[in-house]
Amino acid sequence: MRFLKSTLVVSFALGLAAAWAGGAAAGETPVRGGILKFVVGSKIPSYDAHMESTFGMIHPIRPFYSLLIRVNPENPSSPTDFVCDLCEGDVPAATNNGLTYTFKIRKDVKFHDGTPLTAHDIKATFDKIIFPPEGVPSTRKAFFSSLDSTTVPDDYTLVFNMKYASGAFLPAVAAPYNFVYSKKDLDENGYAWHQKNINGTGAFTFVEHKPGAYVEGKRYENYHHEGKPYLDGFRAISAPKMAVRLQAIRGNRAAIEFRGFPPKARDDLVKALGDKIVVQESDWNCALQFLPNHRRKPFDDVRVRRALTLAVDRRAGSKYLSKIAIVKTMGGVVFPGHPLAATEEELSKIAGYWPSIEKSRAEAKRLLKEAGAEGLEFVLLNRGVDQPYRVVGTWLIDQFKKVGLKVTQNVLPSPAFYDAVRKKHDFDVTVYFNCQSIVNPLADVSAYISDDIAGNNYAGYQDRTMDKLFDQMNRASDPAEQRRIMRLYEKRALDEEALQFITLWWYKINPHRSYVKGWKIAPSHYLNQHLDNVWLDPDLM
Amino acid sequence: MYNYIIKRLILTIPTLFGAAVLVFVLMRLVPGDVCEVRMAGFGTFADPEAIEICRENLGLNDPVLVQFGQVMWGYLTLDLGVSMWTGQPIVDEIGLRFQLSLEIAILATLVAILIAIPLGTISAIKQDTWIDYVVRAFSIAGIAMPSFWLGIMIILGLLITTQALFGTPWMPPIVYVSPFEDPLGNLAQVFWPAVATGYRYSAVATRMTRSTLLEVLREDYVRTARAKGLLEKIIINRHALKNAMLPVVTIFGIEFAFLIGGLVVTEQVFNLNGLGKLFVESVLTLDFTMTQQLVMLVVVIFVFMNFLVDLLYAWLDPRIRYG
Amino acid sequence: MTVSDVRIDPDAERAVERTPRPAALLGLIARYPLGAAGAFVVLVMIFAAVFAEAIAPYDPEDNAFEYMFTPPGAQFWLGTDDFGRDILSRIIHGARTALFVGFVAAVIGATGGLVLGVASAYFGGWFDLIIQRVMDVFMAFPLIILALAVVAVLGPGIDKVIIAITIPFIPQCARVVRSSALAIREMPYVDAARACGFSHARIILRHMVPNVMAPYLIMITAFVGQAILLEAVLAFLGLGVQEPTAAWGLMLKSGAEEYAESAPWIPIFPGLAISLAVFGFNLFGDALRDALDPKLRAQ
Repeated sequence: MRFLKSTLVVSFALGLAAAWAGGAAAGETPVRGGILKFVVGSKIPSYDAHMESTFGMIHPIRPFYSLLIRVNPENPSSPTDFVCDLCEGDVPAATNNGLTYTFKIRKDVKFHDGTPLTAHDIKATFDKIIFPPEGVPSTRKAFFSSLDSTTVPDDYTLVFNMKYASGAFLPAVAAPYNFVYSKKDLDENGYAWHQKNINGTGAFTFVEHKPGAYVEGKRYENYHHEGKPYLDGFRAISAPKMAVRLQAIRGNRAAIEFRGFPPKARDDLVKALGDKIVVQESDWNCALQFLPNHRRKPFDDVRVRRALTLAVDRRAGSKYLSKIAIVKTMGGVVFPGHPLAATEEELSKIAGYWPSIEKSRAEAKRLLKEAGAEGLEFVLLNRGVDQPYRVVGTWLIDQFKKVGLKVTQNVLPSPAFYDAVRKKHDFDVTVYFNCQSIVNPLADVSAYISDDIAGNNYAGYQDRTMDKLFDQMNRASDPAEQRRIMRLYEKRALDEEALQFITLWWYKINPHRSYVKGWKIAPSHYLNQHLDNVWLDPDLM
Repeated sequence: MYNYIIKRLILTIPTLFGAAVLVFVLMRLVPGDVCEVRMAGFGTFADPEAIEICRENLGLNDPVLVQFGQVMWGYLTLDLGVSMWTGQPIVDEIGLRFQLSLEIAILATLVAILIAIPLGTISAIKQDTWIDYVVRAFSIAGIAMPSFWLGIMIILGLLITTQALFGTPWMPPIVYVSPFEDPLGNLAQVFWPAVATGYRYSAVATRMTRSTLLEVLREDYVRTARAKGLLEKIIINRHALKNAMLPVVTIFGIEFAFLIGGLVVTEQVFNLNGLGKLFVESVLTLDFTMTQQLVMLVVVIFVFMNFLVDLLYAWLDPRIRYG
Repeated sequence: MTVSDVRIDPDAERAVERTPRPAALLGLIARYPLGAAGAFVVLVMIFAAVFAEAIAPYDPEDNAFEYMFTPPGAQFWLGTDDFGRDILSRIIHGARTALFVGFVAAVIGATGGLVLGVASAYFGGWFDLIIQRVMDVFMAFPLIILALAVVAVLGPGIDKVIIAITIPFIPQCARVVRSSALAIREMPYVDAARACGFSHARIILRHMVPNVMAPYLIMITAFVGQAILLEAVLAFLGLGVQEPTAAWGLMLKSGAEEYAESAPWIPIFPGLAISLAVFGFNLFGDALRDALDPKLRAQ
């Protein structure tokens, strides 16, 4: 399936005639050899992906592991295209009215320590993730709430038995955090062993980790995907400052960075290095939101909340902010480009997305007046990270100013920010973000249900209608029905009840050295990071 | 003299204890904790139960006094504990970065000496001439420039000029190699940050050299030397400079202490995996244990250098009373 | 700093007082050309800060995306930033933030240091010992931890930034003042005052404080420059004054990271403003020090 309207692989050649097809070039024969150097902007906590959530761990550690299924490395921009990694053949469809998934496991897979992989290892892995013993942290077990149990009928067959059929299950299995561990390691060394040790079945074996400096891996000769990996090895270099990561690519100290750069940084690189740089761009599965605090006056008043969203000119914002921040596409609650996402026409009917900003702001002023909140003064809470938070926050304040609101910004370092939003609920309006790895709208929009049910709704409201719609949508097996309910859900959240809002969706920009081939951009910096199909073109080095 | 040393050593204990209490209290006052940052800090979904388990495992739910007792017991038993972010022993994490920080501190101090002493001397000899003005303006410019700005401009300047001259842009390496393995590679990396830092830190020392030298040049024995008709050069080198060095050495000592672990910004800009970078990262991720020990390391070095300086003074200058 | 470093030379002051005003001014400029240059920079800053609304050509906070990244030119002398805001206007308004942070932090820090230093020297004994140990802790303590804790506990904002910057100033000044005051305490006239049965307050205010004014003033000028720089460093670490407030550190930080090459005017001008201001205050402070310390003066 292809729903790639806004997901592009763009080649930049500003002023130069030469245009590279980059990673997308088909028909090229990959060359073996070379070490890929890339920069990572976040620190590694532990190596255990089942508990961690930072890309600072995924980028350097993911290449040591395999998953049961993964997004198609040849088509990672599709939100619905999954292929087998440790299983055989195609990803199995559900049988038994959606209640059973039967996976055939490959027989040629060995862990790096030589232990052969069987279905028992995969069962042990998913049991650790979904039904962890007491005291073992598992960060995403809630995504598997539709699963009842896993069984292993024979050494190379794994069965997932569902409580109810759910469209959210398979994407959850494909999430990049579900590293497959060996049952032997878990049994013999305990559940904490993987926090500090690595033994996977991935394309690379672990060589060295110098904390704060780099992680090194080298080619695993017994890798189960024929002929891969192409690289001799990789080195993931830690570089927390954006300026350093950018300069590293320019000075060829690193070839690529997998998270993303701001638009101007891309322009600088292309201008300096011309065809030595290829740029890949994509919509990003992160919605940059702003949440009114329903617990506080006057934000308990739906008129005031609606006025907030009506004040924001998303169309102009998309045009200008996409030049200075890592946001671009205007969208509703669903990742733009997914079949469940609203079309432009559907969006135009939602408050804050109207084609005429004058009409929208006039309505905002009218609502504020009616609610007695003209010239309201409040503080916008924001996170102390430049891209995109600070930039978009500064823009939002100016947007609010245009309907007479007087807003100042309170930017907190990340820990204090989370504390204020999640624990103390101490804010008037806050910038927030809903960022997920695998595109799984049915699970991702859970942030909009009542806060006593959702683990990640911080706006502080209960709306039973939203909960009911969410539940119906998750159990609906027909995509058209899912889509119909999603529209009602979206309209209620963004417009009628004005529960919480989206500014724009993030936009991922990956300029990299043109000799890096085979890596294709995905809608999330967590996806497609196994590196087994990446190769270096010696002619371009 | 021994009594003085012992007394001076005993006086460091309350300082160290005070610093340990202060950092402990400050870190607990900062809202949020490492588990929240680590598991829910990236906008992805995070199970509140998992975060709670993480807190429980790290001992963050223990009563504050118990946590403090553990820290203190750790000092008594020389056990610095493990980092809350990586779970690795703090001794290892610090050891890994200490070499680089020490190297930069030494090189930067050398650069500062090479700049400060000649410039300060010239400035004093040529007091109130345009040479004096230029030297002073040059040295003040060093502190007037924010260090991150200077660092970013150096790297960008290198990239642009090397590309213009040789066709390929060059920048200092971003991964540390020990000078014992690859001296050239090491030098390529540490040269620019050492120069940038040394230049900044030369400012205070230049000023100090100038003013102490001016004072000494007015002392009677210098006048006597002049009256004897000694060459100005000999007077400066033999008599004046030597006697003016004490306060200057002090400044270098204290700044050296600050340089280890204090290069918070420079290490970030040049991507040096040193203590300063570790410092910022630990603070921003609320890695309590690591921050606690890094602060203590910086404080210990600072206190120790001050102790040395005091001893040096006491030893060199008999007028100081050991009272 | 030794005691003799900072003693005021009574003749020098009188010499200046006796000459007619304009001539005295010219004389000062001739004698301290660097100091005069510094004073000029300081005066320009104060002028900009006081009359910001009148001088600034545009609103410093209004977004105008149609003008984003305009290079310096006739319409915008110093160009515009990523939000299309006029950089000149932001720098002029930023002078207010810088001076406010600088002066308040310097005066509070130096005065706190003065009080503690003099009291510590005057009373001596246990009081001195305890105060000195507390000062030691703060001297040795890394600034970034203090700043982060202050900002995190109290929340961000210009007043919290000032608190974070002020705390390390107090022990610095206290130490210098204490060493000067220690020597003064031993002077015969202090003993005489004590013998007369004057109160502690009177002795401290009448006899000790006036004699440590020189190091106090020198510390203040040095602190203003330091405070302006520290504000920039805090902004770099994300702990300083917040957007859309016009502040030099903030402007430089976002500009240096992203626009150093494609739109260099965004970081260069605030960077220059910071450097010039710090430069100015330092030159001024140096001259002040020279003027107050006869030992350094050319013969």
